[in-house]
Amino acid sequence: MEWEVVIGLETHTQLRTKSKIFSGASTAYGAEPNTQACEVSIALPGVLPVLNKEAVQCAIKFGLAVDAEIAPRSVFSRKNYFYPDLPKGYQISQFELPVVGKGKMTIQVPATSKHEAYEKVIHITRAHLEEDAGKSLHGAVDDMSGIDLNRAGTPLLEIVTEPDMRSAAEAVAYAKKLHELVQWIGICDGNMQEGSFRCDVNVSVRPKGTTELGTRREIKNLNSFKFMQQAIVYETQWQIETLEDGGKIEQATVLFNPDTGETRAMRSKEEANDYRYFPDPDLLPLAITEADQAAIKSQMPELPEAMKARFESEYALSSYDASTLTSSKAIADYFESVIQAGGDAKLAANWVMGGVTAKLNTEDKTIVDSPINAATLAQLVIRIADGTISNNAGKQVFEAMWSGESDVDAIIEAKGLKQVSDTGAIEAMIDEVLTANATMVDEYKAGKEKAFNALVGQTMKASKGKANPAQVNALLKKKLDA
Amino acid sequence: MINQSLKNLSQLLASKAVSSVEMTQTFLERIRQYNPTINAYITIDEEKSLAQAKAADSLIAAGTATTLTGIPFAQKDIFCAKDWRTTCGSKMLANFIAPYDAHVIAQFNHVGAVNLGKTNMDEFAMGSSNETSYFGGVKNPWDLTRVPGGSSGGSAAAVAARLCAAATGTDTGGSIRQPASLCGFTGLKPTYGLVSRYGMIAFASSLDQAGPMAKSAEDCALMMNVMAGFDARDSTSLNHPKEDYTAKLEQPLAGLKVGLPKEYFAEGLDSDVAKVVDEAIATYQKLGAEFVDISLPNASLSIPVYYVLAPAEASSNLSRYDGVRYGHRTAQYDDLMDMYMKSRAEGFGEEVKRRILIGTYVLSAGYYDAYYLKAQQIRHLIADDFKAAFKQCDIIMGPTVPSTAFKTGEKTDDPVAMYLQDIYTIATNLAGLPGMSIPAGFSASIDGHDLPVGLQLIGNYFDEARMLNVAHAYQQVTDWHTAMPKGIE
Repeated sequence: MEWEVVIGLETHTQLRTKSKIFSGASTAYGAEPNTQACEVSIALPGVLPVLNKEAVQCAIKFGLAVDAEIAPRSVFSRKNYFYPDLPKGYQISQFELPVVGKGKMTIQVPATSKHEAYEKVIHITRAHLEEDAGKSLHGAVDDMSGIDLNRAGTPLLEIVTEPDMRSAAEAVAYAKKLHELVQWIGICDGNMQEGSFRCDVNVSVRPKGTTELGTRREIKNLNSFKFMQQAIVYETQWQIETLEDGGKIEQATVLFNPDTGETRAMRSKEEANDYRYFPDPDLLPLAITEADQAAIKSQMPELPEAMKARFESEYALSSYDASTLTSSKAIADYFESVIQAGGDAKLAANWVMGGVTAKLNTEDKTIVDSPINAATLAQLVIRIADGTISNNAGKQVFEAMWSGESDVDAIIEAKGLKQVSDTGAIEAMIDEVLTANATMVDEYKAGKEKAFNALVGQTMKASKGKANPAQVNALLKKKLDA
Repeated sequence: MINQSLKNLSQLLASKAVSSVEMTQTFLERIRQYNPTINAYITIDEEKSLAQAKAADSLIAAGTATTLTGIPFAQKDIFCAKDWRTTCGSKMLANFIAPYDAHVIAQFNHVGAVNLGKTNMDEFAMGSSNETSYFGGVKNPWDLTRVPGGSSGGSAAAVAARLCAAATGTDTGGSIRQPASLCGFTGLKPTYGLVSRYGMIAFASSLDQAGPMAKSAEDCALMMNVMAGFDARDSTSLNHPKEDYTAKLEQPLAGLKVGLPKEYFAEGLDSDVAKVVDEAIATYQKLGAEFVDISLPNASLSIPVYYVLAPAEASSNLSRYDGVRYGHRTAQYDDLMDMYMKSRAEGFGEEVKRRILIGTYVLSAGYYDAYYLKAQQIRHLIADDFKAAFKQCDIIMGPTVPSTAFKTGEKTDDPVAMYLQDIYTIATNLAGLPGMSIPAGFSASIDGHDLPVGLQLIGNYFDEARMLNVAHAYQQVTDWHTAMPKGIE
């Protein structure tokens, strides 16, 4: 039987606010345990939550970015359960009325040996605001578990998709796209090691061609795309084998072990809590007006899709180039800065996608770490465009720039890379070459095109590579055909 | 000095006839003398109180004092007060030293008032007799064999026995007004949201409201000037413009339209109480008030609705007491679950456990719609009843409690009988309206004891100043509010 995997994601995105979602305590990562736990974080008797407006703005930004319904009125609810790192004995979340409703996102799934690259629309079910719990530190203190409440109350936006994905590749493409988007609109730092972006993946399988959903298992807390890929592939295979062996899938929460590459059930659904959700009487319903939305919309950066379309029309870039250059906000910003500093668009695109990206990949860096800033790269692009140096010579200049030199003209000067564009000087060189290579001239005249290239090569050699190749071509042709 | 109004005490201090230290000493001596019997205070810290008094005297000397500077107040042990043990009447918090001030405490500190101590209360404010306190019951100063009411029973007894100049309380279903009625003083539960709940230990968040407990309406007005006001740390705090609650006190009552809800004079009301209330109505008629009959048809549903909603919220509010970070933790436990279960089983009393169980039940999957949601719908109907009533009248009057103070132990085995104590007060909490109880007379003497009876006033939202005016006018022509229990002079 042929099987189909059905995947939906729940992503916990840590919002980039200075303070916690319901208190003024700092959200900075990595502080000494419990040094960022104020009276509200500790849940002392008598404390009350106050909603952080910045967190709401983040949620609205996300809603606008995925073309979603933004609820004019949403409600915070209490999710009640006992756990040592949950100080109030309940988590403030949103249940029946989330701040962001149905939306959608277009993902690009890369080509493989089996299929071409393709696009797919993934539907967002909802996104809601909630607070994070603290952390239990086992073994930190002898014979005891420690509780660190620094993270308790950190704002999260939980983004839930419809079960729209049909392969690990699609799930990863969605996660990557979402990861990029939340950084693009500035609501999340995207730091997966620090837990700022964590995915829970719901996986089920069904016979291909059927429409009923199979029983799902939820892979919890995946914080790398590589693990996500591995976990889904393993889980899918496990479910198929279990069913083919006549077994049954029990709804469960599973964890992925990166060391073994396996998923293992953490708890089954029979042990599931009744969370006794009810509206939090300490918080008023959250009201968002059209005006609030408009105010935030006006501050939103241009979104990737819009920017891609603009790059195609404004800079005459191909769809592929425009897509590559808008794959991250940092790359897009860098590219546009090169243009703003006077660089030609097509040349800038080639250098950003070519030389710069290759170097970054080799050195495992991102564009923000590039030793060549956009203004400097623009200088290089300008010198190529105005004919001062050839594109080839540009590569030498680029290497020097990468090593820390920043004055493009000085590099050209020092390396003597300036192109000779003086027609008289080039003609003189050509005359010498023609005289010294009479045989080749004869061959050319006899119809051997190859001889022409050899003569260009000789001329370039005579100029020590500095002659403008286009000029050499033109002048040589003129002289030979005269 | 002990029977003086806050205004007079303030004048005594301003004229330097008495210092705040002396005034504080006077009350501390009375506490030393009477508290072992009455048990109104859970925590007394003379050193802290006197240090505040000394600081107040400096303010007075410097000429920067305000009306309440240097006056000693009792604070219900539900308010966190920095460096004070704050127990909420529970074993769970018996050793909890609050590291911060509740908004109410901060407001009193800000004007240089003196904190005399933390008063006894029903555990987590759950009770109507103060008998659920881990720190023992409180005796009603009018008859030591009877309860003072609850949950603010300690503050009530302290005010009645003149063990403080005035006190604070909180009222979730009647916890200021019912003890005010049973102990014969003036108590006000303000409009929900008028006084910040920050630092006030939560029982039922959508109903809890702090208010003054004092001898007179004028005293309550002066305290409201300090207690009321917007606080950004409480999301349900209302951004209502600051008012001077004494400004309207002297307004004449001519033309005042008073509504009498027929449901508050029906079966279940003691004849003694009815008689006192009728006399008070007659007095108001002489003051120029007009009376109209009104109806609150859903009022009878108040108690069942309250005993769904309040426990629901409480079951969640009290989840933080898990023995992990502070509060009682059991001595011996095998694992996490064992620690939770033993700590909470040992730390909470019977009534608190009963309400946690009820609350957990009504929020459970499968029961939520039938109980919690239905109760919320009826809550709206009850509020609508008042909305309609206030189209016919300016203020509502009736009894505060169906009867006078009952004997200690009389209702402890019958929770429902205890819950009926709040039959006339709960609806105002459900609607978020302000309510007041003022002394209106006494029942026929029983065993040589006269027992106070309270008259309840219910106002429209933010009508506290008008209610205080209505109460004050009555207190200008009656002296029930100055009567003191025997044996505490």
